[in-house]
Amino acid sequence: MIEAKNVNFYYGNFQALKDISMVMDDHTVTAFIGPSGCGKSTFLRLFNRMNELIANTRLTGECLVNGENIYQKSIDVTELRKKIGMVFQKPNPFPQSIFENVAYGLRVDGVKDKHFIKQRVEESLVSAALWNEVKDKLKKSAFELSGGQQQRLCIARALAISPSIILMDEPASALDPISTSKIEDLIHVLKKDYTIVIVTHNMQQAARVSDKTGFFMLGTLIEYNDTRKMFLNPEKEETQNYITGRFG
Amino acid sequence: MNKKTSQQIAFIIFRILGIFVVGILFWILGFIIYNGIGVISWKFLTEPPSEGMTGGGIFPAIVGTLCLIAGSSIVAFPLGILSAIYTSEYAGNGYIIKFIRIMTNNLGGIPSIIFGLFGMSLFVNTLGFGDSILAGSLTLGLLCLPLVIRTTEEALKAIPDSFRTGSLALGASKLQTVNRIILPMAFPNIITGLILSIGRISGETAPILFTVAAYFLPKLPTSIFDQVMALPYHLYVIAVSGTDLEASRPIAYGTALVLIVIVLIMNLMASFLRRKLKKY
Repeated sequence: MIEAKNVNFYYGNFQALKDISMVMDDHTVTAFIGPSGCGKSTFLRLFNRMNELIANTRLTGECLVNGENIYQKSIDVTELRKKIGMVFQKPNPFPQSIFENVAYGLRVDGVKDKHFIKQRVEESLVSAALWNEVKDKLKKSAFELSGGQQQRLCIARALAISPSIILMDEPASALDPISTSKIEDLIHVLKKDYTIVIVTHNMQQAARVSDKTGFFMLGTLIEYNDTRKMFLNPEKEETQNYITGRFG
Repeated sequence: MNKKTSQQIAFIIFRILGIFVVGILFWILGFIIYNGIGVISWKFLTEPPSEGMTGGGIFPAIVGTLCLIAGSSIVAFPLGILSAIYTSEYAGNGYIIKFIRIMTNNLGGIPSIIFGLFGMSLFVNTLGFGDSILAGSLTLGLLCLPLVIRTTEEALKAIPDSFRTGSLALGASKLQTVNRIILPMAFPNIITGLILSIGRISGETAPILFTVAAYFLPKLPTSIFDQVMALPYHLYVIAVSGTDLEASRPIAYGTALVLIVIVLIMNLMASFLRRKLKKY
């Protein structure tokens, strides 16, 4: 379970998130939608502490994962990031072979057992629906794959270290429609084993893949509801306006 | 004047300027090759100077320059690369780092004779290394340190942040990210920077003048506390203060040619290495 309690977040003097509280359940897909700059990506990146990489930022409130405040001192951020995987907007495979890309998280974690690594790489590629396309060229450069394949490779890479939560920051926005639908199918399948939070610009995508949807605007969580309800009968007028395309 | 003609005129100007620059380069090269190729022989490359520098070869100077290249590389490369990794990957972008960066750039603009005098006062006299390969290498190392830091920083900055965040998001530490992803990617460009600085080291005269270079020393060095001859200083000596300037002129051209060829070989090695290392 992921929970935010009265979260405020600042880039310097600019307040990017305003008093956000919400709960995301296990084995569900939660989508964040909203216009550019509304804070949805910033909010997502709080949960694997990626925002810390940016200088001059400040957080108040609590971010809890399974009841534990992930910003308390005793938390090892590298351990945290092993449990909470992330997939980025642009596919970012490393300049290594397909195999090494998936094995990377295990290797930096100090896993030496070759047999285990091999097995885990295969499992992850199978889970990411990429195995059949790459099984004969695992030694080839990851850059030889198409954009959609690269993104599924990045998903496999995140799966390899057995996270419980996967954060996806607009994972399909740089992909063509066919690759996009493959990623969406994959999200449906992965939901059985993982808790998924996805940021998307594409409202149809949110409607297709998610169980719950949060609508952000100007750093505020305007509405958070079941996806069906959100798209058929939203409670707030702003949501209605955004979803029907009257602004945004 | 319409777009098309103005573009054509601009291109003609660019082309003339380009040809002009390349032309000067080829002219210098051609001039040196034309005048120097005559004295190049096996004997010239493997024997010490003789007959008051009007005969014999330049072997000790070649060995000396190679020693200095190796010595100053050992000084400058680890130091420069590590500090560049620190400033660009770890140190952030605070005022102190900005100040250090400006000072590093300034250091790169200091005339080389000042490095020579500094090296003499610190390494030769204060630390008591005497005129030696050690003192010369340290001085040359300091001289090319800003260049090494600068080019390494540029090489690291050229790596998109998405690779860093991608690695960190998988639970890698910063050090693992640098070692496993960033450095291998930046390596070809770092190598280029190192080769550039070797070019600089091998051609510098002023820093070695008071710290290592010998006027005439046919004996080869046996330790890092020995003096050596060096190609640029030897060139200077036989061009302006030999016993018979006219007679030693061809040797001067030959020496210049050898120096240029050494730099050229370094460059070729660099581009070979670059291609070899660029696996993906």
